[in-house]
This record gives sequence, structure tokens and C-alpha cells, in this order.
Amino acid sequence: MITLRINGLDVSVEQGSTLLEAARFLGFPIPTLCHMDGLSPYGACRVCVVEIGEEPKTKLVSSCTYPAEERLNVRTASARVLRARRMILELLLASCPQSKTIQDLASAHGIRQQRFKQEYEDCILCGLCVRMCEEQMMAKAIGFRNRGQNRSIGTPFDIKSDVCRLCGGCIYVCPACQLRCTYTQPDKAICGGCANLAPPCLEKEQFDDMMCYMDPCVACEVEKKAQKER
Amino acid sequence: MKQEIATPNNGNSLAAECVDEASVLKILEKHDEDRGGLIAILEEIQREYGYLPEKALRVVSDKTKHSLVDVYGVATFYRSFSLKPRGKHLVCACLGTACHVRGAPSIVEELEQQLAVKAGETTADMEFTLETVNCLGACALGPVVVIDGHYSSKVRKYRVGQLVDEARRGFDSTEIGNDQRIFPIDVSCPHCNHSLMDEAFVIDGHPSIKVSVSFDHEDGSLRLSCLYGHYRISTELDIPIGTVVNFRCPHCHVQLPSTSDCSVCGAPMVPMLVYGGGMLQICSRRGCKNHMLDLA
Ligand code: SF4
Ligand code: SF4
Ligand code: SF4
Ligand code: FES
Ligand code: FES
Repeated sequence: MITLRINGLDVSVEQGSTLLEAARFLGFPIPTLCHMDGLSPYGACRVCVVEIGEEPKTKLVSSCTYPAEERLNVRTASARVLRARRMILELLLASCPQSKTIQDLASAHGIRQQRFKQEYEDCILCGLCVRMCEEQMMAKAIGFRNRGQNRSIGTPFDIKSDVCRLCGGCIYVCPACQLRCTYTQPDKAICGGCANLAPPCLEKEQFDDMMCYMDPCVACEVEKKAQKER
Repeated sequence: MKQEIATPNNGNSLAAECVDEASVLKILEKHDEDRGGLIAILEEIQREYGYLPEKALRVVSDKTKHSLVDVYGVATFYRSFSLKPRGKHLVCACLGTACHVRGAPSIVEELEQQLAVKAGETTADMEFTLETVNCLGACALGPVVVIDGHYSSKVRKYRVGQLVDEARRGFDSTEIGNDQRIFPIDVSCPHCNHSLMDEAFVIDGHPSIKVSVSFDHEDGSLRLSCLYGHYRISTELDIPIGTVVNFRCPHCHVQLPSTSDCSVCGAPMVPMLVYGGGMLQICSRRGCKNHMLDLA
């Protein structure tokens, strides 16, 4: 057991747990975005920041990756943490405003405006899909490619992967997904196109959106064409 | 995400067919012991083919513990790896901060115009590949352009065309005098201090360095280019490659006293005094190009 202090409370948690696990176990909420139970911690989004150490030498760390240490002083909701978290969310909102997950997080943290250049990224490189594919689906069909501002998620050589199980796990965990696939009926949350476990778009030579592989979606386009002809 | 890897397949489908699985396997075998040596393996494949062919990467992932995503991820992460076939000549322009403020963008633009490709692309005739880097560590000499390993410093726009032409002709045939790293030196015998320069016998447009040489039972004289970094020699003897030769001063006839061994081939290094202070050492083995210059 490790004894540490979280938000002024002396507590003991199991050896080897992270600060996030410790705090959640004790009932202190910490928002997360790139963390998911069952997947290894990755520390990409920084939404889960907490403040550790003693004044005046405290620092911000991502709680999902930081291991609980003996006699560590942790604050999960200090003014500094909240300020940083709000900034991170505002930046996330600037890069991917269409994400329902990010919108919800932002609104829960009282963010009412976004002061940065608006972009519409379809991926925030949180790595959830990659970990899902590797750790839960044992497929390793998708991964990170390139580096720096060209970093992206996808299959090797951008062609249909022969190890992909078409399980849809990657789409399911993606927080940046603009829409769950709705086929041509937005009022329906799920079109079933994915549920048949072979999204038509996967068969195409190249797809550049991993979130919904479906841009443009074959099935949807067929429907559109049919509508036009009508 | 926008895909940066342009036409992953089309460009190299032809070349991919030339990839021979056996040669990739041979490379893999060499690295067998060395676990996690993915980068070393990829480097070797790239050395062999000039780029990383898709098929080779697939073989690597099949035969090692690395999955294809990991192999592909590493191959696309590092700038020095290329997934597309590259041209015969690699033109690499620095766009680092220092070179940038010294006008590198206009140099790159000029290169793009002259070669009619964008940075990162290869000319249709597969002669040139143009790439940019962010700092080569020679900032004071910026803008820096490296063509086939030859560095050109303080490149101005008007020199770009000339550089490209030189590269096309091949650097080995370029005129000496343009290359900053090749310069003439004057040397003398470290024993009698007599100059070894022979004004009467000119190599590369400069007086040559004259020494007496012997090997086995043959004796004669040898003339070396005095251009540091150039290896032209002239001798009436027929010295087989790999022979370690004795060097003597043609004036005092004393053997030039070796104080160290060649770091490349282990043969004795032959010293000569450099006019103006310093010591030149050349390897005494025919064919070994190792040489060092210590300027005092
Ligand atoms: S659908 Fe394919 S890529 Fe996505 S998690 Fe499943 S196996 Fe991996
Ligand atoms: S595609 Fe989605 S899940 Fe995958 S890294 Fe991007 S945002 Fe995260
Ligand atoms: S890609 Fe098309 S068919 Fe598939 S889930 Fe999205 S809208 Fe439906
Ligand atoms: S949840 Fe911890 S960094 Fe994303
Ligand atoms: S910036 Fe060009 S060499 Fe450093």
C-alpha cells in the first residue's frame, strides 16, 4: 500500500496504481479523454492534469500516467489545475469542435468561447483507436504514421489492412468522430452500415478518415445518387 | 488527417517488383541476433534499394516480431527513410532557422524551379530528388545545400544552376577550386625539412609532392596531388592495390618516420610537415584513402 495525500486527505492506495486510479477510487472526479479502462495509459490529451508536490515547487502532471508515490501531495482541482484544464479543453475545441465528447467536456468546465484559430481536425491523435486495435482486438491494423504536424492514424501504406478484423472498435472509441455513422438518416443514431461489420468504405482502395472510415461513404453515396435520380 | 505520403503505391509499383525477397532475408539474417534492431535493418534495406520498398517492409514484418504498423510507423517517422524511390542525386537544402533567415526559402524555390519538382519529390527522369532538412548543424555557413554528400555553403541563387549542373555531371569530374574542402598544401620532409614540392611536375594544376617509394624489390618515385582531399597520384611503378609502400624523402633518402597506424587499415601513416605549421599524415597502403591534417 502507498500512502499519499489527495486534496488534503491522507489515503492509502494499492501499489502500482496511477494517480487517476487512486483519485477515482476515492471518489475525486478527474475528467479524461484519452484514457479508457482496459487500455494502457497514454497521456496524450492532458485533460486529466493534476498538481503534485509542495508549494512553491508544484508541477502539473497527467494523472492517468503518473504512478502514485509515497507521501505525494496531489491536488486534483486547484486553481492552477482548473486553469490549465480549461486551456487544454479550449485548445481541443479549437482543433476539433465537432466532437461531442470534447463539447461535453468543455461545457462541463464552463467554457463558453474559444479564442483560437478554428480548425476541423478529424483526429486529435489521442491514440485510443490504436490501443483498442492492438490491446483489445489483438489486430494491430492501424497505427501512427509520420511525425510532427504530419502525424496521422491509419493503416500501413493506406490500403486496406489484411489484419483488420472489421470489428469497428476503433470507430467506437474515437472521441473525434463527428457523427456516428447515420447513413442518410441523421435522426437514426446508427445506420446499421457499420453493424454489419463490413463498412462498405473499408473496401475502397484508400480512405483517409479513420474516425468514420466513411468519407465519402459508399452506401451513403449510393443513396444520394438514387435520390437524385428520383 | 491529410495524407502526406503521396501515391504510396503507384510510384513504386514498378520498382517494387524488382525487390527480391532473398536479399531482404539476407539482410534480416545478419541482424538476427540483434533484437529490436529495426532501424538498422531498415537502414540497410534503404542502402540496398535507395528507398524502402513496400514489399521489403512486408517481408521485414513477416520475419521479425515487429508488426507491419510498427515497421511502417518507424519508416515514416524518420526523415532519412523514404518510401518512394529516390533519384540518382539527392539534393538536400537546409531550411533551418539560420539558413531560413539567410535566404534559404528562395534557394529552395530556385531549386524547385530548376528541377521542376516540389521539395520532397523526384524528377520524372529519376535523376534528382529534392529534400529539405531543418538544420544540418552548419548554421554559420548557411544557406547550406548538400548534393550527394557534397556540402555547399553560403549558396546564392545564381549558384543553384551551377550546382545542379555539377551534380548532373557527377562531382568527381568537377573542377577543383569550386570545392571549398579541396585546397593545395605545401609539404616538406620531417627529417631534413627540404621541400617535397616538385614545381616541374604538375598534377591538378598544382605542383606535385614528390617522394621516393619502394615495395618488395621495386624502387621508384611517386608524385601525389598536393590538393588536400584529392587522391590523384602519378608513378612509373605498378603498385598493386593493397600494398604497403615505404616512403622516403628524395633529398635525404631517409624513410619518412611513421608515428601512428592508419585507423582504417592499420598500415603505418606517413608524416609530412606542412608549410606554415602542422603535420599531414597519409596512409601508406595503396588504395587506402585515409589521411589526416593537423594544423598547428
Ligand atoms: S476495425 Fe480493424 S482497425 Fe479498427 S479496431 Fe477493429 S481490427 Fe483494429
Ligand atoms: S482517430 Fe479518433 S481515436 Fe484514433 S487517435 Fe484520432 S481521435 Fe483518437
Ligand atoms: S459509412 Fe455510411 S453506411 Fe457506414 S455507418 Fe457511416 S453513414 Fe452508415
Ligand atoms: S486522460 Fe490522461 S492524458 Fe488523456
Ligand atoms: S539552419 Fe541550416 S545548417 Fe543550421
